[in-house]
Amino acid sequence: MQPTRTSRIRQRRITRRGLLWMGMQVGVIGVLGWRMRQLQVDQSDEFRMLAEENRINIRLLAPNRGLIFDRNGVPIAINEQNYRIVMIREQAGNAGEVLDRLGELITLSPERRARIDKDMRRRSAFVPVTVAEHLTWEEFALVSSNAPALPGVLPEVGLTRNYPFGQTYGHIVGYVGPVSESDFARMDDPDPLFQIPRYPIGKTGVERNAEETLRGSAGTSRIEVNSMGRIMRELGRDDGVAGKDIQLTLDTNLQEYAMERLGDQSASAIVMDVRNGDVIAMASAPSFDPNLFVRGISTEDWVGLRDNDYRPLSNKSVSGAYPPGSTFKMVVALAAREADVIKPEETVYCPGYYELGGRRFHCWKRGGHGKVDMINSLKHSCDVYYYEVAKRVGIEAIAAKAKQLGLGEKYDIPLPAISRGLVPNKAYKQRVFDQGWLQGDTLNAGIGQGFVLTSPLQLAVMTSRIASGKAISPRIVKSISGVPQRVEAPDVLDIQTVDIEKVRKGMFAVVNEKKGTAYASRIADKDMVLAGKTGTSQVRQITTEERAAGIIKNEDLPWERRDHALFVGYAPYDNPRYAVAVIVEHGGGGSSVAAPIARDVMMRALYGDVPPLTAYPAAERNRIRGERERALEAARTGVSAPTPRGDNL
Amino acid sequence: MSYYDSGYDKSPTGLSKIFFFHWPLFLLLLAVSATGFMMLYSVAGGSFEPWAAAQMERFAVGIVGMFFIAFIHIRFWRRVAPIAYIVSLILLIVVYFFGETGMGAQRWIDVGFMQLQPSEVMKVSLILALAMYYDWLDPDRVSRPLWVLLPLIIMLIPVVFVLQQPDLGTAILLALGGGVVMFLAGVSLWYFVVALAAGGGLVTVVMMSRGESWQILKDYQFRRIETFINPALDPLGSGYHITQSKIALGSGGLSGRGFMQGTQSRLNFLPEKHTDFIFTTLAEEFGFIGSISLLLIYTAITVFVMLSAINNRDRFAGLVTGGLGAVFFFFFTVNMAMVMGLVPVVGVPLPLVSYGGTAMLVLLGAFGLIQSAHIHRPR
Repeated sequence: MQPTRTSRIRQRRITRRGLLWMGMQVGVIGVLGWRMRQLQVDQSDEFRMLAEENRINIRLLAPNRGLIFDRNGVPIAINEQNYRIVMIREQAGNAGEVLDRLGELITLSPERRARIDKDMRRRSAFVPVTVAEHLTWEEFALVSSNAPALPGVLPEVGLTRNYPFGQTYGHIVGYVGPVSESDFARMDDPDPLFQIPRYPIGKTGVERNAEETLRGSAGTSRIEVNSMGRIMRELGRDDGVAGKDIQLTLDTNLQEYAMERLGDQSASAIVMDVRNGDVIAMASAPSFDPNLFVRGISTEDWVGLRDNDYRPLSNKSVSGAYPPGSTFKMVVALAAREADVIKPEETVYCPGYYELGGRRFHCWKRGGHGKVDMINSLKHSCDVYYYEVAKRVGIEAIAAKAKQLGLGEKYDIPLPAISRGLVPNKAYKQRVFDQGWLQGDTLNAGIGQGFVLTSPLQLAVMTSRIASGKAISPRIVKSISGVPQRVEAPDVLDIQTVDIEKVRKGMFAVVNEKKGTAYASRIADKDMVLAGKTGTSQVRQITTEERAAGIIKNEDLPWERRDHALFVGYAPYDNPRYAVAVIVEHGGGGSSVAAPIARDVMMRALYGDVPPLTAYPAAERNRIRGERERALEAARTGVSAPTPRGDNL
Repeated sequence: MSYYDSGYDKSPTGLSKIFFFHWPLFLLLLAVSATGFMMLYSVAGGSFEPWAAAQMERFAVGIVGMFFIAFIHIRFWRRVAPIAYIVSLILLIVVYFFGETGMGAQRWIDVGFMQLQPSEVMKVSLILALAMYYDWLDPDRVSRPLWVLLPLIIMLIPVVFVLQQPDLGTAILLALGGGVVMFLAGVSLWYFVVALAAGGGLVTVVMMSRGESWQILKDYQFRRIETFINPALDPLGSGYHITQSKIALGSGGLSGRGFMQGTQSRLNFLPEKHTDFIFTTLAEEFGFIGSISLLLIYTAITVFVMLSAINNRDRFAGLVTGGLGAVFFFFFTVNMAMVMGLVPVVGVPLPLVSYGGTAMLVLLGAFGLIQSAHIHRPR
C-alpha cells in the first residue's frame, strides 16, 4: 500500500468537511428548536390571548371608484346601485335545493349555476358567494320577500360601473371587469383589494390606463367574529380613500354628434383644440357598448364584435395606421421649403405622369394639371408636383419634417394600444426589409403612400401644428379630482413663417376656391372659414393593364380594396381654433366622403350647436333645410327618418 | 480491507438492490409526506379537495420516479450531469423569455399535464453539475482561484436568471446549495469568509441604492424588507402574514388545539395557508410537541443523508448526497425560520408538506439520487 495513494484517496473523501457541515446543520436546527420553544412554550399564554383578540377580523372595504366626466362636467362613467344576491353555504343547509328554489324566482342559466357551484367549492362554507348581480328592482324585491323560504340567501346592494352614453364613449372610457390572472401578471405588488373576489379593474380605455388614479385605496372594517368565523358585530371602520375623479377634455355633445355623423361606416373623426391640444371629440365607428362587458357579455355579442370586418373593438382614432395619402403633402412642401429646393412660385409641369428610370408614376388626374406652383399643387392635389419635389428634397428631410409635425410619435395619453404610425427613412427600410432605399420609394412617400402610416390622432396633431405653428401635443385628461392638469406652453415650431403661411394659403384654396378639391365642403360664414386638405389613399396596386383599360371605380371594388377617404382641416382660417381629421376606411374619395363629414363636425364644434343655414354654401341650403324639416316631422310623428347624409336636426 | 479492493463491481444488481435501499430514510420521507396530506386535509376544512387528493396523486407518481432513479447506477447520473445542467439552463432561459406569468413573476412553462418550473429542476441539476466538476478536478487544485471561479460561474448563471423571474427564495436556495457542495469539496475556508464579507457589503450597497437612480431592488421588495424589520408598517400586507403566523404558532401552546381545531388558520387570518405557511397550521393544531416532532424528523433525514454522504467512498456520490441533503435542509430551515419571523418572507415551501407539484416531484427525484448513491456505493 503506497502512502501517497492512500493520502490521495483520503483527500478525495469528504469526511472532515462533512462532519463540520453536519455540525453546522445541527446548530441551525437547534436555533429553530429554541425559537419554537420560545414561541410555543414560553410566550404561549401571550399568543393565546392575541389569538382570542384575533376574533376581531379585518375586512377590506372597497373604495368608490373615481368617476369620469366630460369637459363640461357631464358624467360618462358612474357607479350605480347594483342589486345582487349572495349566498352563504353553511347557512343554506342543502345549497342545491335552495338554488333550485331561487331559480324559480329569477333566471339562473346553467353556466351561472356551474360558476356558483365552483365558487362555493373553492371558498370556505361561511364566505358569501355572489349568486346573481344586476337584478331589476322587481326581481330583487321578489327574492327579498321570499327570504324565509331561502335560508342562507342574502339580498345586497352594491355598486357597479355604468356608462350612461354607451357606445358614444366606448373606445375612450373603456370598461371594467373582474380582475384576472393576466391582470395580476402585469402587477409587481398587487393591491390588497384584489383579494376581494371579482373585484373590478379597468380592462381597456381610460379605465385601464388610469386604473391607479381611479381605484383609490382599501378601507378596513374591524368586525368581531365568533369561533366559527361568523360576523357578530362591527367594531369600527375606516372607509379608505375613494378613487380620484377624472375630467376628460372631450365634449359630449360633439362626441355624440361625431359618432352619429360617422354612422355605420368604418371611420374615425377627431377634433382638437389647436391652442392647447385638448381633444374635443374622438369618434371611432363602429363602436361597442361598454355596459355589455360590465354585465358579462354573451358569447353571441362577443363573437359579433370580434368577427366584424369593421373592427368595432379597435379604437381606430389612436390604434389605426393608414397611409395618409395627399394629406401628407403639406409635410413634403414644408420639407422642400426648408431645404430651399423649390421656390413657392416656381412651377412644375404636370403632364399626368412622372417618369423615373423608365417607370411611370401617375398623377390622379389623367390629363395632367399643366403648370402648378406650390399653392395650386395643394389646391388641386397634384401628384406630379410632389414626385418632383420629393425627389429633389430626399426622404431624410421629409422624415425629419414629418417628425417635427408630430407624425411617427406616440403621445402620452391614457389610452391603450396607441399606434406609433410609421415615418420611414433609409435606415428603416434597411433594418426591416434588408433592402436599400429606392428613389421610387421617395416618390411614393412624397404623396403619402408607400411605407408612410399615420393614425387619425397624428393627422389631427399635424394639422394643429400647421394651424398654430406650435408644437401642440394632444391631451384627453383635463383635470384629476378637480385639479387642472398643467399644460406646458408649447414651443414655437422652427419653421419659416412665410413658408407655413404659403401652406396655409394652399389649404385655404383647397376648400374655398373654385376647383379646389374640397370646394363643395366650404363653410360660407366669413368668420368661420375652413381650410384643409383632402386625401385618397390607395390600398391596392393599379396595374398598367388596368390603367390602360380604365381604372376600376371604387364602387365596383370589394369593400376592403377600396381607397381610404381622408380629410384634415382647421378653422377659422384667420384665427385657428379647432383642427379636424377624418378617415373613412375604404370610403372612396377624400373630397366626396371625408370632407363633408369633417365640415359638419367642425361646424358643430364652432357653433356649439346646430349651425345656421347661412353657414352652408348657397347651393346646399335648400337640401339641408329639407332634411331638417323631414327629421323634425319624423320626430313628431314618431316615424324614424331615413338616415340623412348631411347635417340634420 | 484495502481501498484498492473497493470498486463498483460489488454493488448489488437487479432487483436485489431493493435490500440495499436506505429504508429508514424512506420511512421518514413517508412520515413527512403523510403529515403533509393530513395538514392539507385540515386546511381545506376537512376535505381531500382541493389539495390533499392532488398532492397524494403527485406523491404516488413521485415515489415511482424515486425508485426508478434509485435503481439506475449513480455512474449513469454522473454521465448525464452536464446534460441535465445545460437542459435546465435552457429551460430557465426559455421561461425567461416565453414563460407564463403568475402573480408578477415568470416561473413556469406549461407542458400540458403540469406546469414545469425550471428553477426547481435546476436545484438538482446544479448540485449534479458541481459534484461532477469536483469529482473530475484534482483535489490539489480545488482552492486555486481559477478553479474556484469556474464553479462560481456554473452557479451564478442560473442564479441570475432565477433572480430575473424574480424569485428571490429559489435564487438563495440555489446559491446556498452550490456553496455547500464547494464547502464539502474542500475549497479553502478563506473563500467562504471573503464571500460572507462580500455578501454583507452587497446588502449594504443594495440598501443604500434605494431612491437613487441605480436602485437595485424593486420598491415593493424594499417595502418587504422594511415590514420584516417592523411588521406594523404594513398591517394588511406582508407584515400581516408574519404577525398572524406568529400568533397562530404561539397559540398552539405545548400540545396544540387538536386536529382540525386550529381557529387561526381556519378563520382565514392566514394567507397561503396551504403553501408557504402550512407549518403554522400544524404548529397551531399539534402545538410544540407536533412542531418539534416534525423538526426532529427533518433532522433525522438530514443526519441520515449526511452520514450516507460521509460514508460514501465515491467522491461524486458523496458530494451529490451532501449537496442534495443541503438543499433539502435549506428548504425546511428557511421556511420554518420565515414563518417564525426569524428571516424575511421569501417564497420557500416546506418540503414534502406544502402544496406544490414540481417541488414534490423534484424533491422525491433528489431522494432517488441519494438512494442511488447509497445503493451503488463502493464496498
